[in-house]
Amino acid sequence: MKKMMCFLAFFLPGVALAAGGNVHLDKAPIDLTDKASLQRGAQLFMNYCLGCHSMKYQRYQRSFQDLGIPDELGQEYLQFTGEKVSDYITRAMPEEAAAGWFGAAPPDLTLVARVRGEDWIYTYLRSFYVDESRPFGVNNTVFPEVGMPHVLQPLQGTPTRTYEEQMVDGEMVKRYVGIKSDGTGAMSPDEYDQAVADIVNFLEYTGEPSKLESHKIGKWVLIFIAVLFVFVYLLKKEYWREVH
Amino acid sequence: MNAFLGWIEERIPMMRVANMHALQYPAPKNMNFWYVFGFLATIVLVNQIVTGIWLTMNFVPSSEGAFASVEYIMREIDYGWIIRYMHSTGASAFFIVVYLHMFRGMIYGSYQKPRELLWVFGMFIYLALMAEAFMGYVLPWGQMSYWGAQVIVSLFGAIPVVGPDLVIWLQGDYVISGATLNRFFALHVIALPLVIVILVFLHIIALHEVGSNNPDGIAIKHKKGSLPESEKTKYEIHEYYTSKYDIADDVLPFFPHIVLKDLVAFCIFLALFTYVLFFAPEMGGKFLEHPNFEIANPLKTPEHIFPVWYFTPFYAVLKAVPDKLFGVLAMFGAIAALFALPWLDRGRVKSWRYRCGLHKVNLIVFAIVFIFLGYLGGTPQENWKIIASQVATVMYFGFFVALFLYSKNENTKPVPERISK
Repeated sequence: MKKMMCFLAFFLPGVALAAGGNVHLDKAPIDLTDKASLQRGAQLFMNYCLGCHSMKYQRYQRSFQDLGIPDELGQEYLQFTGEKVSDYITRAMPEEAAAGWFGAAPPDLTLVARVRGEDWIYTYLRSFYVDESRPFGVNNTVFPEVGMPHVLQPLQGTPTRTYEEQMVDGEMVKRYVGIKSDGTGAMSPDEYDQAVADIVNFLEYTGEPSKLESHKIGKWVLIFIAVLFVFVYLLKKEYWREVH
Repeated sequence: MNAFLGWIEERIPMMRVANMHALQYPAPKNMNFWYVFGFLATIVLVNQIVTGIWLTMNFVPSSEGAFASVEYIMREIDYGWIIRYMHSTGASAFFIVVYLHMFRGMIYGSYQKPRELLWVFGMFIYLALMAEAFMGYVLPWGQMSYWGAQVIVSLFGAIPVVGPDLVIWLQGDYVISGATLNRFFALHVIALPLVIVILVFLHIIALHEVGSNNPDGIAIKHKKGSLPESEKTKYEIHEYYTSKYDIADDVLPFFPHIVLKDLVAFCIFLALFTYVLFFAPEMGGKFLEHPNFEIANPLKTPEHIFPVWYFTPFYAVLKAVPDKLFGVLAMFGAIAALFALPWLDRGRVKSWRYRCGLHKVNLIVFAIVFIFLGYLGGTPQENWKIIASQVATVMYFGFFVALFLYSKNENTKPVPERISK
C-alpha cells in the first residue's frame, strides 16, 4: 500500500496537486436568485458531471425545493438511476476504479465553489484545449496536466489554442491569444459560456445552500440591532447625564 | 417574595455576591471605549459555549464522519448554519476582542503593580484560548485542519531528546489521524473550556480585589479616613470596598452605568459580528480558509499551509528563524515575553498619557510590528518576506528590551491626584 502511495505521489504530481494561482481568471456572471439558470445548471450537472463526480453532502430533494422544481419533475428529468428524492446525490462509479481510470478519484463537487471560487471553475471549464500528448487528448490552461477529459466537448466543439503573429524587434513572435472552438459543438461560443455559468451558478448554490436565506435574515437582524442601538444609546445617555 | 429571598440569602449569599461583584462594584468613571473589550470577551465566551453545545449534538468526532457531519449541520439541521457560523465567527471575534483587551492593558499600564497576577491570569486565558482554538479548527477535518495540525504538532518534535516521542504521544498515533481528532474533541469540548471558565473566574476575582485601572492610571481607592466626606462618592458602593478604603467621587457603580456603556458597545460589536455571520462568514478566506472546505487528505499537501489569522504573528516568528528548535523557542519566547511584562516594565507611572514620548512610540511600533508579522505569517512565502520577518521579529523583542531599559529612569509627566481634578 505504502509503495503504491509513493508511486502515485511520484508519477502523478499534476493530478494530485492543485493548479498555481498565477492564471488570469474570468469573472463568473452568476446570480443565485436566477432560478432558471440554477435549474439549467442542475440539469447540466446531472447529465455531464454526475457520471464521475458526486455531490454527496447534498440531497436531491433539498436541491429541488430550493430551485423550485416539483419532486415528480425532478425525479423524471434529473434522476436517472432510480434513486429516491430523499437520497444524497452520489455517483455510481466505484472509488477505486475511478482512481485507476483517472489517476486520482474525481473529487466530490458539493463544496467545490467554496474551495476554488466561482471564477476559477468558470474559467477552468472554458480552458480545455486539444493536446495529443495527454491521455484524454486534452489539457487545460487553468489546471495544467489535469486528469479530466473535456466532457463538455459535445457542447463546445473541439477547442484549440490560437496564436497571433506579431512583429517584435523585427522578429515574428507567436503570442497566445486564447482558446477557440472549431464549431463542431451543439452550442455557439456565447451559449457555451452561458451553459458554463449555469453550472457554476448551481455549484455556487450547492456550496452554501443557505446563502440567500442568510442574506434575507441578515438584513432584518441588522435592522433590529440598529433600532436596539438607538434605545440603548438613549438610555445610557440618560443615566450618564449626571456624571461629570 | 422577600421572605423567600431572605430564606435563600441566609443559606447562600446570592445577593451579597451580586452586589459586591456587579451591582455595587466601583468602576472609574473615566473608563473609555478601550474598556469594553473585557465585557465583549465574556459575551463571546458565552456564545462559544452555548453554540458549541448545540454543535456537539450533531458533530461526529471521527475521521470518517467529522467532515460530513459539519455539512449535515450546515444543510439539514434547521438553522444549523447559523449555529455553526456563530461558532466559527465567534472564534475569530474572540481573538479580536482579546487582542484589543490586551493592548488596552499595555497602553494604560494595567499590568503594573498591583495588577501583576491579574495580567498573568489573563495571559493564561490567552494561552488556553490558543490551544482551544487550534484544536477546534482541527475538528471539521478539512485540508487546513489536517495540515495545520500537522505543522503545529510537529513543532513539539523540535524539542531535543523527548521531541519525537512527545509528538506520537500528543497525536495518539504515528501520524495525525482519527485518534488525534478524538482526543482534540475531548479537550476542545470539556477540558479546555473548563480551564478557561475557571481562569476567567480567577481573572475577575483578581480584578475586583485590586480594582479596575483607568486611562489616567490613577487610584480610585484611598486610605481610610484620608478623604473628606464631600469628596467621597455619592453612589451606593458595596461595603466590602467602602469598609477598607475611602472611595473617591471618581467612580460609578458597575450597574447600571458601566453596564449601559458596555451594552452600547455590545450593539456596535453585534452589528459587525452579525454582518460577518450573515454576509461574509468566510471573511475572504481568513475566518474559514478555502482549502478547509475540502476533506482532509493525507496524500495531498495544500499549496500553502497557514494557521488561522490569529496565530500568524507567531507563525511568522517561527519561520523567521532558520533553525527549527530555535524557531520554536523564539515563538514561545514571544508569548513568554508578554507574560513577563509586569516585571520588564520598571516604570511607576501606569498610563501612556503621563509617560515619556518614547514609550508611546514604542507601543505604537509594537502594535504595527505585531500586525505586520501577522501579515507575513498569513501570506505565501516570498524572498523579501524572510528578511522582513526577521527584522520584525527583532523589533518585536526590541519592544520589551527597550521598555526594560528606559522604564528605569523615565521622564514622566506629573500624574493628577484625582480623575475629576
